[in-house]
Amino acid sequence: MTLAKPARPSRSLPGFGLTLGFSLFYLSLLVLLPLSMVFLKTAGLSWEEFLGVVTDKRVVASYKLSFGTAFLAAVINLVFGILIAWVFTRYRFPFRRLLDGLIDLPFALPTAVAGIALTTLYAEQGWIGQWIPFKIVYTPIGITMALVFVGLPFVVRMVQPILQGLERELEEASYMMGATRLQTFQHIIFPEIVPAALTGFALTFARALGEYGSVVFIAGNMPMKTEITPLIIMTKLEQYDYAGATAIAVVMLVISFILLLCINGLQWWASRKTEEN
Amino acid sequence: MAIELSPEQTADVRKHATTEPAVVRIALIIMVTVFLILFLLFPLIIIFTQAFSKGWQVYLAAISDPDALSAIKLTLIVAAIAVPLNAVFGIAAAWCITKFRFKGKSIFITLIDLPFAVSPVIAGLVFVLLFGGQGVFGEWLFENDIKIIFAVPGIILATMFITFPFVARELIPIMQAQGSSEEEASMLLGASGWKTFIHVTLPNIKWGLLYGIILCNARAIGEFGAVSVVSGHIRGLTNTMPLHIEILYNEYQFTASFAVASLMSVAAIFTLVLKNFFEWKMDKGMGEKA
Repeated sequence: MTLAKPARPSRSLPGFGLTLGFSLFYLSLLVLLPLSMVFLKTAGLSWEEFLGVVTDKRVVASYKLSFGTAFLAAVINLVFGILIAWVFTRYRFPFRRLLDGLIDLPFALPTAVAGIALTTLYAEQGWIGQWIPFKIVYTPIGITMALVFVGLPFVVRMVQPILQGLERELEEASYMMGATRLQTFQHIIFPEIVPAALTGFALTFARALGEYGSVVFIAGNMPMKTEITPLIIMTKLEQYDYAGATAIAVVMLVISFILLLCINGLQWWASRKTEEN
Repeated sequence: MAIELSPEQTADVRKHATTEPAVVRIALIIMVTVFLILFLLFPLIIIFTQAFSKGWQVYLAAISDPDALSAIKLTLIVAAIAVPLNAVFGIAAAWCITKFRFKGKSIFITLIDLPFAVSPVIAGLVFVLLFGGQGVFGEWLFENDIKIIFAVPGIILATMFITFPFVARELIPIMQAQGSSEEEASMLLGASGWKTFIHVTLPNIKWGLLYGIILCNARAIGEFGAVSVVSGHIRGLTNTMPLHIEILYNEYQFTASFAVASLMSVAAIFTLVLKNFFEWKMDKGMGEKA
């Protein structure tokens, strides 16, 4: 997703006005105008009303749950994402290509399908659930599992190209100078993949915070316990409490914007790192 | 580097410097394989075993049920409208971003990513605020007897919002890397802008474009949260396939639910195969150019 070496922009090619005009128009109509409605609608609430909605006990419990599970899922994906990328680029073993192709399954499989499959698998009588001594389905653990599934490809696909592009000579030199393999990884390889891995982490976290489809089936949706923030918005909408739903949406949107800025910064850092090499 | 190595030493460096001891390698491979089997392969397998758990006849009955058929039809209609429109946007946005210099370009690129960061539920909510009964245009739409929310147009809009960045995101880096020299040469030789695009640009970006389109399509047919908000869940009318799966599941018709889910899983596997094929084509294309 990083921008490759910039091409020299040209003035002699046609279509600037048409393409910029059309894409700006389309962006404004489909994305910016609808999103601005959330802020407009909330402006109709007084500050006290707004605070009352967004700091309600049940809503605060949902922030904690959504943040906690999304963060945990992003950490798990960060660790396993780097590990998967490493094993795929460095080792040869049976079914490697098949597993590599399967990595993107969460991007291709509808979230609702993933949700019912994971719930059935990890239910107490399920194929995997029956072997696990504690409850997974209808607990925060289950929510985290669904979020790990949904965000699995991000870190792998960010880190893999970096590892592929890494020059082996550096590692050989490090070995010649007497470094252990772990030291080489720590000081030579790890710094190279940090920006890409963190970008993947932030993408996973952003996706997990807003995720709905895969979570609702496995969560059980008990207020104060396993109710994620997007579900609260959904519940309020079903009760025609548009003002309440919108107020919570504003909180989530602001967090999303901040995350998006972080992702942009990280991507810029990652592409600068690639150019340096 | 002025270090002279004997052939044996070189071999030793090659062997030890860039890989780990066999024990570590095998342990890591097993960890990764088990993780992927648990998280990716098992969910995929259980969909099909559940779908066929009561035999072929129940399976066929579930997917030929009138409500299922109308859900399949609606899902295909929604994708057939949302995906081409977002593809046209993607091409236009990538053209102006990669071929020209203008102020605010980086803000523009960030804004294209916006739908990726927004929760699907909020994506649905914004269209309810615009076109719903209490929405800005609600009264006007009601007077003119136009239904958008709890109807097909709302589902299409929400899907378009969610899948908005896919094609643009794929094309921008590709066109950036390719530069504009081939297009400029074509223009110098007297071809029109449109001809240049069709005969020079399009062949260069075709695999990347198809790659973006199938990912966009996968998300469009599978979108759940955003569509769920605006659909109203009217059976036979505003239920897409993911919503139909949810309804069957919540009614404890697990086999039927997994039967419809298995159709979507086949589509997902097909998407993965195509995606890998397009990736391979793109790598090959880049190899030939270099």
